[in-house]
Amino acid sequence: MIAIFLARRALLSLVTLAILSVLVFLGGQLLPGDVGRAVLGPLADARAVALFNHQVGVDRPLAVQYFDWITHFAVGDMGRSFTFRSPVAPFIAQALVNSLKLAALAFALVVPLGIAGGVWAALRAGRWGDRALVLLGQSLGVVPEFISSIVLILVFGVWLHWLPMSADWPEGAGPLTQLRYLILPSLPLVLVFFGYIARVARAGTVEALDADYTRTAILKGLPMSTVMRRHVLRNALLPTITVVASLLGYLAGGLVVIETLFHYRGIGALIYSAARAKDFPMLEAGVLTVGAVYAIASVLADMLSAALNPRLRAARA
Amino acid sequence: MTDGATADALRFEEVSVTFRSGRRELRVLSGVSLAIRRGESYGLVGESGCGKSTAAFAAIRYLARNGRVSGGRIWVDGRDLMALSQAELRRLRTQSVSMVYQDPGRALNPSLRIERQMMEVFEVAEGVSGDQARSRSREMLARVQIASPDRVLRNYPHELSGGMQQRVIIAMALSTNPALLILDEPTTGLDATVEAEVLDLVARLRAEFNNSILFISHSLPVIARMCDRVGVLYAGELIEEGPASRVFRDPRHPYTVGLMRCVPKYGLRKSQSRLETIPGFLPSPGSITDRCVFVTRCANATERCAREAPPPIALEGHLARCFYPDRASELPRQSSLAPPLPTVGRAGAALPLLRAQHLSKTYQIFGRPFQAVHDVTIELWPGETLGLVGESGSGKSSLAKLLLGLSVPDEGSAIELSGDALPARAQDRTRSQLKALQIIFQNPGAALNRSQTVRALIGRSLRLVGLSGAAREVRLREIAAAVRLTPRHLDEKPRQLSGGLKQRVAIARAFAGGPWVVVCDEPTSALDVSVQSAILNLLVDLQAERQVSYLFISHDLNVVHYLSDRIAVLYLGRLMEIGPSQRVFAGPHHPYTEALLSANPSREKQGAERIRLEGELPSASNLPAGCVFHTRCPRKIGVICEREEPPLAQAGGGHAIRCHIPAAELGRVRAPARPGEPA
Amino acid sequence: MSAGAGAGANANASGAADVIGRPAEPPPPSSLARERWHAACRSPTLIAGLLILTFWTVCALLGAGIAPRDPYADDLLATLAPPSAAHWFGTDQLGRDIFSRVIVGARDILIVAPLATLLGTALGTALGLCIGYFRGALDDIVSRIIEALQALPLVIVALMALAAVGTSNSTVVLVIGFVFTPLIARTVRSAVLNETDLDYVAAARLRGDGALAIMFIEILPNVLPIAIVEMTVRLGYAIFFVASLSFIGFGIQPPSADWGIAIAENYSLIGSYWWTVLFDAAATASLVIGVNLVTDGLAGVLDT
Repeated sequence: MIAIFLARRALLSLVTLAILSVLVFLGGQLLPGDVGRAVLGPLADARAVALFNHQVGVDRPLAVQYFDWITHFAVGDMGRSFTFRSPVAPFIAQALVNSLKLAALAFALVVPLGIAGGVWAALRAGRWGDRALVLLGQSLGVVPEFISSIVLILVFGVWLHWLPMSADWPEGAGPLTQLRYLILPSLPLVLVFFGYIARVARAGTVEALDADYTRTAILKGLPMSTVMRRHVLRNALLPTITVVASLLGYLAGGLVVIETLFHYRGIGALIYSAARAKDFPMLEAGVLTVGAVYAIASVLADMLSAALNPRLRAARA
Repeated sequence: MTDGATADALRFEEVSVTFRSGRRELRVLSGVSLAIRRGESYGLVGESGCGKSTAAFAAIRYLARNGRVSGGRIWVDGRDLMALSQAELRRLRTQSVSMVYQDPGRALNPSLRIERQMMEVFEVAEGVSGDQARSRSREMLARVQIASPDRVLRNYPHELSGGMQQRVIIAMALSTNPALLILDEPTTGLDATVEAEVLDLVARLRAEFNNSILFISHSLPVIARMCDRVGVLYAGELIEEGPASRVFRDPRHPYTVGLMRCVPKYGLRKSQSRLETIPGFLPSPGSITDRCVFVTRCANATERCAREAPPPIALEGHLARCFYPDRASELPRQSSLAPPLPTVGRAGAALPLLRAQHLSKTYQIFGRPFQAVHDVTIELWPGETLGLVGESGSGKSSLAKLLLGLSVPDEGSAIELSGDALPARAQDRTRSQLKALQIIFQNPGAALNRSQTVRALIGRSLRLVGLSGAAREVRLREIAAAVRLTPRHLDEKPRQLSGGLKQRVAIARAFAGGPWVVVCDEPTSALDVSVQSAILNLLVDLQAERQVSYLFISHDLNVVHYLSDRIAVLYLGRLMEIGPSQRVFAGPHHPYTEALLSANPSREKQGAERIRLEGELPSASNLPAGCVFHTRCPRKIGVICEREEPPLAQAGGGHAIRCHIPAAELGRVRAPARPGEPA
Repeated sequence: MSAGAGAGANANASGAADVIGRPAEPPPPSSLARERWHAACRSPTLIAGLLILTFWTVCALLGAGIAPRDPYADDLLATLAPPSAAHWFGTDQLGRDIFSRVIVGARDILIVAPLATLLGTALGTALGLCIGYFRGALDDIVSRIIEALQALPLVIVALMALAAVGTSNSTVVLVIGFVFTPLIARTVRSAVLNETDLDYVAAARLRGDGALAIMFIEILPNVLPIAIVEMTVRLGYAIFFVASLSFIGFGIQPPSADWGIAIAENYSLIGSYWWTVLFDAAATASLVIGVNLVTDGLAGVLDT
């Protein structure tokens, strides 16, 4: 049963990715209009533009271009960058690794903190502690990362000199040093997502606390710790898992602002510079990679959900 | 101080419970005193909002955060409940008191196996774990008559049926042999046959375990069956208490008298008399303290009742909170005994008004076919009421949707209205066809658009008749008056109306276009008993005035018998029996009908054997071959039942039964006593 | 209690027995609108949030009119001056008064973000209504597309689109509006799904109401509170986005005194000239927090 469920889920993810690839491709190919013109500029000679277009293959039929692109992508050949005149794939790979490091750190900090905060608030639901935490989390969540980064940089970098102001660590730095450089960039992420995770964890916990089955457990005379551990938290954290997965996807690719601010060579920064330079192969490859990371994280989350929630494993709803 | 074995299992002394809502305090229970002796079964009965569930949870000291016991004292098993520490309270909940809940599916943790949930009871009560706890669990499941305890232990709650889930809950509750077992509406929401099984089980276990029982229910017949003594709650006050047989036979409080009269007696028919009602409205909790809480609805009331709150007056173990308990039986009737006008009926009609032939509906769920309705053929004649009876999975709601055009039937189905073919989908039907066929839904809260006023709700249906402007307003008021709504109600929104009023609006809406057929899908199931009878009377009156036909769907056999001229019985989407009400009720019956009738708690209980249905309801995607009922049929005759689906055989007088057994040999449940004789 | 107690007032009973002290009916609960209004007046978060928003809206509207100095006037003799009595927030690289610039900086973002939000809400609500009501193939396809788009952080999508069509205030409004549409559609869709399960929709079909009538007359009023709350949530994010995009150069363009641009321009000076970025940062933070407070208060009120 569970294998069928997972196979179905994986298939759906592939479909999602396929749709995404089409959208990305169309976005990258159609919107700029004439690619050659966009890259070489308005003053370039018409023949040079046509030559460029022919060289990069954008004068072929769309379907052919798409097919070509996607088959190459699937085996790791992501085309050649317009700007660097060299294969895109190595840039993407390195940038992805960097982004994942930062994502991992932020993740490791914010998820336990958010869940703990959410559960704490739920246990005090309706009272001032709960209201304060929710409001705090939400307020921190809407403050743009670059704003909180600036404040953090001012405090920890400029005034206290505790942490380095950019994440550009020297070559050959060991893991501990890298960690030190990564702390400051990860903090704004923690601030932004703490509220979000806490809110979902809180909602799940409140629902579990109010549920009939929790009442049954309490009225059996079980000690509160057992009730929380065995009955409440399992069901409470189920919705949190899905949310956390989408977080991973965002952390992997959405950190354009943070990476720019801290001069960090992650995939967000790569996409950003590709966008500025109108380097479409790099841009498309970067975007699709980010989407793929998210899709994988989703499937993992579904696997975890199914493991914890027996009802999902049945073939019918 | 505790007093060991002779202490009452539960004692309430002038208990009041208050809830804080916003800035207001609502007193949900006021001055309730009761005592349940060892081994005794006590029923607490009342309508919604009377406080019975609150009393149950107060007895186990589990009130919501905004609730508290604001007065009086509670003793459980001889111990002062409110004085216990948290640890002592937990011990009490483990050892002395257990609870069985209304919705067993939600009371079980969906992520844990039954095994885990049962074992933890033994872990905390007896300190055992592992294999020992497992074998104790297995033992308990066997005692609640679960045939394969090992399989059930490995299951998750959603894999069990409602009846099974409730058995598991009962097993968990009795595991520690508590002094007091509280059952809070344990069978509400279960099918009639399943309910009968569960109640039988509880009765049997009571004999074995000898616990005291506090049984909470809104259903008078169920309480009458299960309890030694009964207390009646009204607006948070205990207005009557005494031995069950005495209270039900000779009630001494006007409310109890009214309540007893409201319930359609087993065997009563609309041609015999109208249903009794209780006028007025339920007061909000705690709003009446200085006078009799029932005074605004009591036909026996005097000046004194409006000035002073009556104390409980005792008459040999039977108490009533009324100044005039002796006059209770003389309470004047609200509705006249005279029966309503008869309808024209079938005589003189050449064609049935509505005819459905070979109606089937198969759903596809995850690629598996799921037969909701199979080859049902029914007719509805002008002015008649056809009752449709069935339990969950019978397809009665699906059938209603098919007739109305809300879902599309399978190939080969045909519906005719007055001889003309009716398009399968509502979108394809003409305005006059839509006008002719209307529905009243079960849940008025969901059936009325909460953002519209009553005027808009009814008014929009008048568009069907092509009325607008002044003419529409006139007709609107006319319809509103016909369902006894005042002009003031027209500008209110559903949330400002009570359940009964909402249902009246729904009725007005259905009748606005002048329909010929109205499908009533459990129209009173969501309403309290005292409100239900008024609505049923209204439906009968409207039928007589306007000569409409009803397709009346319900699970309540007494109500169906009261209202219907003919009855159809559905099981797993198939028509099992159809015929005039009297014949279907008197017998001979289809074995399934027989079981349904025998499961009716209003029937005589002493001496009548219950027809038990073995096994579980088959899954609708995996129906048995041959007669779909054979897996559970107590009268199965042999292989023919497994191979061939029986035809609908005529049993005389328009009565047809789908069974291989000839009608003459089928059983008859004892005919209903005439109304007024002891139930 | 009506003075005319008896058969007339108590028209709900089917009988006519006259009873002492019987009220006509229990008083109905007051209308929903009035209860919500009372809740709104008593919500501290809603009031605080509205105050902040009003303050910045006034700044946006009156702009240079209330600024103490000309926000665009260079003063090369007083560049990078720290906060003082003459310049409350100090001056920037070109000697412009930061306090005045902060005040006028509110304008662009308070035009672009709300417009984008309105666009997204209008489109998203309409889309959500359609897919929630019709379900079936339409729902499947559109939901798949929405899911696919959600795999991407919005910033990335916005970058791609803006890289292609070029950046200006109107393109930013359009891009953010379109990017928000699927998100709002998703929320509205699940609200609509809940509504279509209720019997009043079936009752409307049985009256012969067409799909459009049912969607907009029957269902929309019931999902409107959810759409409104969602809209205020999106407004907060819209401001978040526009500010972030401005910061990386893909949003509001210079020479606007927009806060994001100001921060981007002066960010490299953060080591020694903190005032050139801190006040713009604080202004942005206060605006988004204000919107957030309104969202929180409104959600509480509409929950009534």
